[in-house]
Amino acid sequence: MVSTGSTTGKLTAAIVGPGNIGTDLMYKLLRSEVIEPRWMIGVVPDSPGLERAREHGLTASHEGVDWLLKQDELPDLIFEATSAYIHREYAPRYAEAGIRAVDLTPAAVGPACIPAVNGDEHAAAENVNMITCGGQATIPMVAAVSRVTPVSYAEIVASVASLSAGPGTRQNIDEFTRTTARGVETIGGAEQGKAIIILNPAEPPMIMRDTIFCAVGADADRDAIAESVHRMVAAVQDYVPGYRLLQEPQFDDPSPATRGSTKVSIFIEVEGAGDFLPPYSGNLDIMTAAATRAGEGMARLTLEGALA
Amino acid sequence: MSVFGAAELNQLARTWRDTDPASDLDIRLTDTCLRDGSHHKRHQFSAEEVRSIIAALDDAGVPVLEVTHGDGLGGSSFNYGFSKTPEQELIKIAAETAKRAKIAFLMLPGVGTKDDIREAQGNGGSICRIATHCTEADTSEQHFGLARELGLETVGFLMMSHTQPPEVLAKQARIMVDAGCQCVYVVDSAGALILEGVSDRVSALVAEIGHEATVGFHGHENLDLGAGNTVMAVRAGATQIDGSVRRFGAGAGNTPLDAFVGICDKLGWRTGVDFLKIIDASEDVVRPAMPEECRLDRMTMMMGYAGVYSSFLKHAGNAADRYGVSGARILAEAGRRKLIGGQEDQLIDIALMLKAEQDG
Repeated sequence: MVSTGSTTGKLTAAIVGPGNIGTDLMYKLLRSEVIEPRWMIGVVPDSPGLERAREHGLTASHEGVDWLLKQDELPDLIFEATSAYIHREYAPRYAEAGIRAVDLTPAAVGPACIPAVNGDEHAAAENVNMITCGGQATIPMVAAVSRVTPVSYAEIVASVASLSAGPGTRQNIDEFTRTTARGVETIGGAEQGKAIIILNPAEPPMIMRDTIFCAVGADADRDAIAESVHRMVAAVQDYVPGYRLLQEPQFDDPSPATRGSTKVSIFIEVEGAGDFLPPYSGNLDIMTAAATRAGEGMARLTLEGALA
Repeated sequence: MSVFGAAELNQLARTWRDTDPASDLDIRLTDTCLRDGSHHKRHQFSAEEVRSIIAALDDAGVPVLEVTHGDGLGGSSFNYGFSKTPEQELIKIAAETAKRAKIAFLMLPGVGTKDDIREAQGNGGSICRIATHCTEADTSEQHFGLARELGLETVGFLMMSHTQPPEVLAKQARIMVDAGCQCVYVVDSAGALILEGVSDRVSALVAEIGHEATVGFHGHENLDLGAGNTVMAVRAGATQIDGSVRRFGAGAGNTPLDAFVGICDKLGWRTGVDFLKIIDASEDVVRPAMPEECRLDRMTMMMGYAGVYSSFLKHAGNAADRYGVSGARILAEAGRRKLIGGQEDQLIDIALMLKAEQDG
């Protein structure tokens, strides 16, 4: 199915949810060569997010998804930046209308996408899920290790500035740890995963930091692991320029404290691009950047299909 | 200038009896050596140690005994240290051993989950203590909701209370109480509060939540003020008090519960704990389970001085040994970076930074 609406050779998109994430995403999509953000959808009439979208030439409505689905022209893609609850409710209706969805909530309706790890594997899916910000930042590192050697256990610690954690994250913090831990296993490739999140209120706000611990065999090739980590960091930097390895990967020999495994420790910082959200909130930037990349993968596949 | 005599200062306006008419206690004590002491013990408690400590403290009359990994349910990890014995097993042993005392457990949203709370209750825990950094109370709402629904008694911990002024803490306490918390603790995680710093904060909480909930205090000894600070908290209206027998806790340890029982006896505050029995338990049962006494030294004093989360002590020590840098400097930098509870991973990053500086 190819868009009939776009006059620019791009797929058209609607962003549902004009909050911080939706607005930051809009700025990224406005720069895309293959996606044209056309609609911003909210539910509050005087929302500043809707106003900002209008200023940038989008059609903005506060009448919700019901309004969008009644239009003569429908988007090719919907970027869902609301909540898991809302996305679960609307996902079947998007599918029914032939609209594909990139889901930035932890609803996990469709397969999970970490662009640097499973790339365009799900570019043909009708719904892809972006897991969590902590997952986007850390799962690539777990995958970098598990590509070299089996990882029996991986644990990630995500520290984010309090100001960058909205009410959704705060009230569903268990969902964050569970969804991230599952992604560490299914996409990161660890046999067992664990996730920890810390909200730090320091002023000035701290830039997102992530630590990734992996348990590997005593004879694992440390040089190969370090090289794989560096390669993966470069792959993430391709869409998140502020993604940085803070230290060389650290290796601790097996001991009772590591439960007999070699412990690999990887330290990451994620500084945002500052499109709309302040640079300290790298956790939000990596979500919108990854969603943009996932949407572009879907768009390219469709556009190439149309040319073939 | 108004001058109060000691007798007036020690007349308590609020007592635990106000909350629990069936009780004759002025304040209710919770011993935390099997939770906060887990840090000092590097989470290596054995089943037998838990059984003997619970039996001795229960016999001495301590009404609440807390048992969990130092970082709460689900804390067993690379970041905080793996438990030797699964904490749920220890909670079960504690509940089976205690004849009178209630068993409490700690959980930190972001580390543990609601499933862990259900499991701890299934193992016999009856008081659910939920801890957040003292500006992040709204991450605990769902957990308080669940705990009350399950019929658990609830306690909220505002960790690192020294970082915020009384009025901010009071607002955060309000969030917890509205979510179902029955007692909010001022938690001096870094042992950085000094006397009136404690009573001002406790008073602000009392003023905010009135009789909707009680107020508690949890102290550390890093600047040698655990017991003194705790006296200030009780005078200001705290009716639930934490301590650890023989200070067995993180950093330089907690308010020594054994000594505090003696202090309460002398001030005429009823705790229900037998002083002779608890000092015997301290010497004969708790001390043998401790790897060493909890001490004031340059590391622990630096924690109080720089306002660093007490459980960073062992992790900073590990990182200092591993990379050949100063442990006290790691802690000072942790304070400068404003790290909060749970960010143990960052101590390794700091050690690597100091090593790079050192190697120049």
